[in-house]
Amino acid sequence: MTDPQATAPLLKVDDLSVTFPNAGTPVHAVRGVSYEVRRGEFLGIVGESGSGKSVSSMAVMGLLPTNAQVSGSIRYDGVELLGQSDKELSKIRGRDIAMIFQDPLSALTPVYTIGQQIAEGLRLHDSALSQRAAETRAVELLKIVGIPNAERRAKSFPHEFSGGMRQRAMIAIAIANDPQLIIADEPTTALDVTIQAQILEVLQKAKDITGAAVVLITHDLGVVAGNADRVAVMYAGRIVETAPVVPLFREPLMPYTIGLLRSMPNMAANQQERLVPLEGRPPLLTTVPTGCPFAPRCPIAVAACLEGEPALLPVLDGPVEDPTTSVDHTAACIRAGEIADGSLRRPEIFPRPDEVPEELVAEVAPETVLDVRDLTRAFPLTKGVVFRRNIGTVRAVDGVSFSVQRGRTLGLVGESGCGKTTTIMEILELARTQGGSIHVNGVDTATLSKPDRRKLRSDIQVVFQDPMASLDPRMTIEDIIGEPLTVHGVSPTEIRSRVGAMLELVGLEPSFAGRYPHEFSGGQRQRIGIARALVVEPKILVLDEPVSALDVSVQAGVINLLEDLKQRLGLSYLFVAHDLAVVRHIADDVAVMYLGRIVEYGPSATIFDDPKHPYTQALLSAVPVPDPEIERSRQRILLNGDLPSPSDDRVGCSFRSRCPLFQLLPAEKQAVCERDDPRERPVDGRLVACHHAESDRLVTA
Amino acid sequence: MALTDPSTLTVGEPETMRDAPKRPQSRGRTILRKVLATKRARIGGGVLLFIILWAFIGPLLSPWSFTDQDGLAFSQPPSLSHWFGTNNIGQDVYAQTLVGLQKSIVIGLIVGPGAAIIAGLVGAIAGYVGGVWDKAIVWLIDLLLVIPGFFLLVLLSPAFKSLSWLALVVFLVLFGWMVLARVIRGQTMSLREREYVKAARFMGVPGFTIIRRHIIPNVASLLIIDATLGIGAAILSETTLSFFGFGVQAPDVSLGTLLAAGASAAVTRPWLFVFPAAILVITVLASSLLGDALRDAIDPTSGANRD
Repeated sequence: MTDPQATAPLLKVDDLSVTFPNAGTPVHAVRGVSYEVRRGEFLGIVGESGSGKSVSSMAVMGLLPTNAQVSGSIRYDGVELLGQSDKELSKIRGRDIAMIFQDPLSALTPVYTIGQQIAEGLRLHDSALSQRAAETRAVELLKIVGIPNAERRAKSFPHEFSGGMRQRAMIAIAIANDPQLIIADEPTTALDVTIQAQILEVLQKAKDITGAAVVLITHDLGVVAGNADRVAVMYAGRIVETAPVVPLFREPLMPYTIGLLRSMPNMAANQQERLVPLEGRPPLLTTVPTGCPFAPRCPIAVAACLEGEPALLPVLDGPVEDPTTSVDHTAACIRAGEIADGSLRRPEIFPRPDEVPEELVAEVAPETVLDVRDLTRAFPLTKGVVFRRNIGTVRAVDGVSFSVQRGRTLGLVGESGCGKTTTIMEILELARTQGGSIHVNGVDTATLSKPDRRKLRSDIQVVFQDPMASLDPRMTIEDIIGEPLTVHGVSPTEIRSRVGAMLELVGLEPSFAGRYPHEFSGGQRQRIGIARALVVEPKILVLDEPVSALDVSVQAGVINLLEDLKQRLGLSYLFVAHDLAVVRHIADDVAVMYLGRIVEYGPSATIFDDPKHPYTQALLSAVPVPDPEIERSRQRILLNGDLPSPSDDRVGCSFRSRCPLFQLLPAEKQAVCERDDPRERPVDGRLVACHHAESDRLVTA
Repeated sequence: MALTDPSTLTVGEPETMRDAPKRPQSRGRTILRKVLATKRARIGGGVLLFIILWAFIGPLLSPWSFTDQDGLAFSQPPSLSHWFGTNNIGQDVYAQTLVGLQKSIVIGLIVGPGAAIIAGLVGAIAGYVGGVWDKAIVWLIDLLLVIPGFFLLVLLSPAFKSLSWLALVVFLVLFGWMVLARVIRGQTMSLREREYVKAARFMGVPGFTIIRRHIIPNVASLLIIDATLGIGAAILSETTLSFFGFGVQAPDVSLGTLLAAGASAAVTRPWLFVFPAAILVITVLASSLLGDALRDAIDPTSGANRD
């Protein structure tokens, strides 16, 4: 893996602690973190929100707010960075250590062109460079990171770039001065999965060109699996396990890592198996734990775990295939040895929860509860402030048809901007549509009178993505969950009893009714959102990315709850998500959307096992799998560029600009794509909107 | 039971809830605590409270009423019997100043909150309902903003002369709500896209109930700030108008009419001018201090909270 000559660490962080003195209650964000990054190494730092992973690397860059108290040692190439002045650090930052931020829009200055910003970075560290030379180099860098028409795009402003392009530009700035170390803080979290795959590819390329070491900070174990050489797992401000990537995923030794890996829905795993939730939630960082911080959530915790925090120690014994790497495997757990030698079996640490008992499963008669036919929704594009004039239309939804059966789940997937949200908003409005029809429980929404519509609203309810934004912060839980009932004139005493029953149903204490949303964790808030949706006993639940704002360890609990409720209450779900692993786990049928159209629609198992549309194939291959061996051996289909603008006129197939299959086709077949708009047609038990769906597949699984 | 999946439960985990007190710590209380912790708020609030109490109790302490004329003391400087001196027809300046202060404070206390209430309602309706209503309301706001209120009042002043000071209050309220209404409208438009407002809409909650239940409480902080700052501003407007003779009319007195009467004698008999002027400055300053402190406590983006 690493050249023995170059094993002297490039970056050595020793006993780093960061404390924020927060009005009487100090927050111990990082507590005694030590790690090394060798030259040319790719280190992944994984952790949930609040685990201190970003703060520790901000400390390396010297970018913490001034009130942070930092102690310990950060040595870059033998030079101590802590305690250096901002001016001295500025010489190192950008030249030797470069940073890539999560949100590329706020990391780029909106008033300068991309080219100017890259040139600025170059000239700051090399005053001999002329402006013209810097600009030429900027264009070269943009070409390296794969921006088409680099000469022209260098003169564009950040807002003219899409999210993926901005992140490419950020990488171009980061590698501009040939850094030795690139720190990437959640570089792909804000991006779609196909763009994420592109960016990770660019990052690898940047690493290869500059020979720099990369520290990738992320919450997504899948992203780490495919790219990193070594992984550090952080929990509650400390590193709890480090190992080379293969042993970490194959033989994790810290129960937290084991639980995290087991709780993730996995594209490669069996869909039918229930997820294993990680109980509880991370400790508050305001108190310094006296025992192992994971002990309250750990199913194998013993009394000794509460006596002092376990140190991060190498675990030597155990069946590891390569003895040289096992020295690298450290874990902060007093029972790591038992796990390593097999006396504690990993699958038994976190037991798989039981299925819903047979007698509780509701019987459902097959019946279509939601039927959408040729739905269209267009927004006019206007220009001018005083005199508005139309300059075009955005066809957000352009002829979408699907139906949801009683007791089944339809997963609606696609990248951002494909029209998923517009589609469900149209359905939830229960109003006359611009084009096409929506039938809820067999009733056409266009024919509804106002009181009828209000009555029908209790049949279809919604759970939103962000559990904080969807609950009014100024209302108690009881008022929030009872709100839908007030519309239907239910008496206050009955509301109270039904709210209590609902809280119990979603697994919360009924005594929580008097509390406010901010007192609950993300997962609990999402349960409250689910309770509010269910209190009017709807038949259909629209779930708009219900778990994407939650940490991995709580996701599993909410997904299990949704599955249980569906079985017990005979609900139908319209599940909108961009996380395909989650959709694969929960959905019975899947509809893949691209640019306002459904490109592939059919049973979930059929589509995930054997996607026919090139877009579906690319989408599935872009999803990172938390398994380094699968991740490294499989072929990826990378899509070129970004989603085209939905305001462009549609001639022929709208996917052909990015279609990997299109480029392989002979000219006469390409002409068909350019001329004819593909309609959905049945292929192999599903509907596909592609002229050449029967052609050879792009990758063989 | 299978459903009580404990992955996100806190039952049996006492330490996670230890920070939250049993009785939910409402936002109002935290803000109050934050406000009272600042020096500005304590000084501003204390002084304002003192001035209000003094304005209403103070006249009882003096033997003179504001209409009495002391035939033995014309244009006398402050003395033991006339604490703030007398004017040229023997009226007690202390009694007059406090009665004038009463009127100014009452006007301020009605106009500041009154304008904020109108702004809240109109802004929330325009922002939430949108469409034609929004267009009409914005048009009205813009119209009122471009009409110079002062000149309109000068034109209307003959009519005001026959009406009581309440007409002035109505006028000041009518011309004081527009800027805040635009702010509230903008806030409402962003609140309308919040998921809990959408959720309420998809439950079928009627529009006006949504405004009352979700919108107004969430813009209340802005309204409170503006109502407080508006008190000082209203007192100043009233004083300005009255100073030029367009506001409060005799026999009523306000700080403005007193200042107008005393202005010509500011150099020769300073007590006629200095006392009302000083009290005006202190009152407006106190209400501004309190308003600023409220804003810093409520609005996390305002100046004092920036690093």
